[in-house]
Amino acid sequence: MDSLFDDLKRMNKRQFLYQVLSFGMIVSSALMIWKGLMVVTGSESPIVVVLSGSMEPAFHRGDLLFLTNFEQDPIRVGEIVVFKVEGRDIPIVHRVLKLHERDNGTVKFLTKGDNNSVDDRGLYAPGQLWLTKKDIVGRARGLLPYVGMVTIYMNEYPKVKYMLLAGLAGYVLIHRE
Amino acid sequence: MHSAFTRSHALAAYTVSVLAGLTFACFVTTAFRDYNADTTINTVTVLVRNVPDYSALREKNDMGFMIFDLKADLRPLFNWNVKQLFIYLTAEYETPNNKLNQVVIWDKIIQRGENALLDHKNIRPKYYFWDDGNGLRGNKNVTLTLSWNVIPNAGHLPNVVSTGSHQFSFPDEYTTTKM
Repeated sequence: MDSLFDDLKRMNKRQFLYQVLSFGMIVSSALMIWKGLMVVTGSESPIVVVLSGSMEPAFHRGDLLFLTNFEQDPIRVGEIVVFKVEGRDIPIVHRVLKLHERDNGTVKFLTKGDNNSVDDRGLYAPGQLWLTKKDIVGRARGLLPYVGMVTIYMNEYPKVKYMLLAGLAGYVLIHRE
Repeated sequence: MHSAFTRSHALAAYTVSVLAGLTFACFVTTAFRDYNADTTINTVTVLVRNVPDYSALREKNDMGFMIFDLKADLRPLFNWNVKQLFIYLTAEYETPNNKLNQVVIWDKIIQRGENALLDHKNIRPKYYFWDDGNGLRGNKNVTLTLSWNVIPNAGHLPNVVSTGSHQFSFPDEYTTTKM
């Protein structure tokens, strides 16, 4: 443990300040990457974690999905969309089952989870029969398994989150490049 | 110098980078594959009813019904980065109300290792074929296509429309009797 803090003891004020700044750089680059992805993909949340088993066996709890939401890219049946329903905080990842597009371009569609036996009308807001474009957060374009488990653990056990954050911050502050 | 902490740290970091490298290789080796295939679809019986849609607003809407045959060999689509195929049969048509209607009437999940040689006879739709109004009776141009969504272990999720669709028309009279 002593060797761990050796670096810190040998630092002077300026060097310590430099470590703090580089930690700030890491945090702000992460934020920049996230915001940059939002611009590139057109989605308000370009990466989501699958939280339920309603799309099994395609997606399991903890899988990471990469989303895009380009305006010119039409929504079609069979695509997997991520949508938000009024009165529910957590976005839902389900597949489009039916779609009707009018002459003026307005489109309404109905979704269903691959692992659910009925469509999603029971999940929508009371009286809502269809989703429209404004409900859509994004469309699933890529899949990375398991990685999202980290965030699920962090949300379920906040202690893990604080330990991880403290560990990371300590590591960056103490270790010299 | 080489404490248990540094050793386990090095091991964990190495494991994570090897896994990341393998996952990326899995994605890159299959990213540019063509997942198209031929299918044969045929309708055996086609009819249309005008009944209240209790799943929606209880208005009388057109509900199509067909019995169909389906043939497709999807075995060549599988490779080491295909976990599952989600195949779906779409009915696509135009009505005075809507310039585009797409309704999935049947779907199936084929996981790796399961039989991917489809030869179905006389299948009934899995979902009701409700129109958004009364646009099915006498509709002369309804197209059935089989498509699939390729689910990889890791990678992108292409939706492929297969070659080989089937066009049919709905009869000019509603069916009122039970089948």
